[in-house]
Amino acid sequence: MEKQMMYTFPNKLRNLAITLMVAGFLGLTYGFLNAPSTLEESKSMVSANHGDGHSKPGSRDYGTISDHQTDSQHDTKEIVHDSESTHSDSKTHQGVSHDLNHDEHVFHQLSNKPWAAFYVAAFFFFMISLGVLAFYAIQRAAQAGWSPVLFRVMEGITAYLLPGGIIIIIILALSGMHLNHLFIWMDPEVVAHDKLIAGKTGYLNVPFFMLRAVFFLSGWSLYRYFSRKFSLAQDSADDISNHKKNFRISAAFLVFFIVTESVMSWDWIMSIDPHWFSTLFGWYVFASMVVSGVTTIALITIYLKSKGFLEFVNDSHIHDLGKFMFGFSVFWTYLWFSQFMLIWYSNIPEEVTYFMTRIEDYNLPFFGMLVMNFIFPLLILMNSDYKRINYFIVMAGIVILLGHYIDVYNMIMPSAVGDQWYIGTAEIGGFLFFLGLFIFIVFKELTKSPLLAKGDPYIGESKRFHY
Amino acid sequence: MSNKVIHALYDDDDVLLSAVKILRSEKHHIEEVYTPFPVHGLDKALGLEETRLAIMAFIYGCIGLCIATLMMNYIMIEDWPQNIGGKPSFSYLENMPAFVPIMFEMTVFFAAHLMVITFYMRSKLWPFKKAENPNPLTTDDKFLVEIELHDNEKELEKLLKKSGAIDVSIIEKPE
Repeated sequence: MEKQMMYTFPNKLRNLAITLMVAGFLGLTYGFLNAPSTLEESKSMVSANHGDGHSKPGSRDYGTISDHQTDSQHDTKEIVHDSESTHSDSKTHQGVSHDLNHDEHVFHQLSNKPWAAFYVAAFFFFMISLGVLAFYAIQRAAQAGWSPVLFRVMEGITAYLLPGGIIIIIILALSGMHLNHLFIWMDPEVVAHDKLIAGKTGYLNVPFFMLRAVFFLSGWSLYRYFSRKFSLAQDSADDISNHKKNFRISAAFLVFFIVTESVMSWDWIMSIDPHWFSTLFGWYVFASMVVSGVTTIALITIYLKSKGFLEFVNDSHIHDLGKFMFGFSVFWTYLWFSQFMLIWYSNIPEEVTYFMTRIEDYNLPFFGMLVMNFIFPLLILMNSDYKRINYFIVMAGIVILLGHYIDVYNMIMPSAVGDQWYIGTAEIGGFLFFLGLFIFIVFKELTKSPLLAKGDPYIGESKRFHY
Repeated sequence: MSNKVIHALYDDDDVLLSAVKILRSEKHHIEEVYTPFPVHGLDKALGLEETRLAIMAFIYGCIGLCIATLMMNYIMIEDWPQNIGGKPSFSYLENMPAFVPIMFEMTVFFAAHLMVITFYMRSKLWPFKKAENPNPLTTDDKFLVEIELHDNEKELEKLLKKSGAIDVSIIEKPE
């Protein structure tokens, strides 16, 4: 009989998680309180910001380009808007009514900002646990021999799925109740003046949208609940019936997941910009999800090992996680580029606005993300030996995670706040709050069962795993 | 000096691996091991130096990337400027997304082909080369270990038999 060491949640880590949550909560509160509540406040904020923000030489060009795009769409409160129109020259050719329209538009964007910051962080940490759940199901369905020693770490991370998902559904419901303007298609006023969105109301309507969200989260949570249950039951079982059940539900889950994940990405992210569409968006979000998930598994495994737990995990396991981090980073880049190149090449106005706003208004996060998510992991993790050195995995892992946070940021922010972005207290607060919540829930779950799934039929193979 | 070697034949890769470890711990110099397939962990057991092929692959890839860039720049921008996707900017950088697939393919092409050629040259393999394999059984299902002899036939023969060899023979190599 092997000694089973139970993990206890160290007080230091617990306090850190709580501190992060409190700090994050304060940051978020400050962000929400600072958002303009009237048109006048918004105007004074913008004029205060414009002094330095728009004196750059590049922003003038953008003004002229986006004028063409936005003229036809202004009545729909499109997110792409004329950043120059607060300057004196806009009055000469566009008139006073446009200016009022624009001010109201900016007001909506600024009041959206804390909501969007909250949503980006909520989605990012939810995405990690969903990515890990998919990775875990792949290991189960493939009957992988190398990974069973990491099952408990993965199960710990997926514990965040339900609470994280509920928070997202609450945010979506609040949008549905018009407490924020994240999803402009939820606004009947907008739909009435927009033929394109009006044509989509059969799909994009609040009740159906919420129904889908609840259905997806229930499906994923049910799989997580039963796979965890069978996994724990297998620890003390005499036969491998639990393992077989887990194999079956994992295979079924993967089919369910790839369809629902894709629809989820259209609903929760792509519909923020309801005029724009991309057919491989689901895959793109999936790639982000799974690379962040694998990276988190690696980071938590290395952390636990450094504290003297997971003595059965050797550097070959870390090496394999490193390979997955490398491989999925390249996969993410492949999908990112496939989406970008087709849209750039065909240059169709309603598609290309997506990248124009991002390259012109979000230049640094847009290209910075490519360096962090592709070039950095490519060069750092290419060498076989580096993948066995914890220091390199941790360094690459932190950059990958931050890079994918910026990826989610780039997906959501431009559609929600236009060019009125900056990393403020709401963004940092949102990130810290969900980081704290994530650490708290994940490490709490890790204490609930032995860290070795000792009953798994492949556990011996996994312990002996040697590259 | 006599050029005598001893050949030990094994019929299992696990036995071979443990035999190699025993021989090396007894400080015998293993000249070469012939196997019908790559044996996992044999390179480490033999204490072989790590391959530098990966570094060469990286360098070859970089060369391919540079050649692709120079080639596309010459063909599409300098020699015969083209209107790419309605964007006749005549600048390589601004039209780069269109060139990325070619840059990628050339990187892979150069890395793969030059790596294979390098591998053949380092392994001294070329067309019409006569096989150096001392025993055709090693192309089927047997493993052969070749060890240099220094007047210690008896002792070594005993050790090899003990390590699980199915056949041990002493070969006089022509000078």
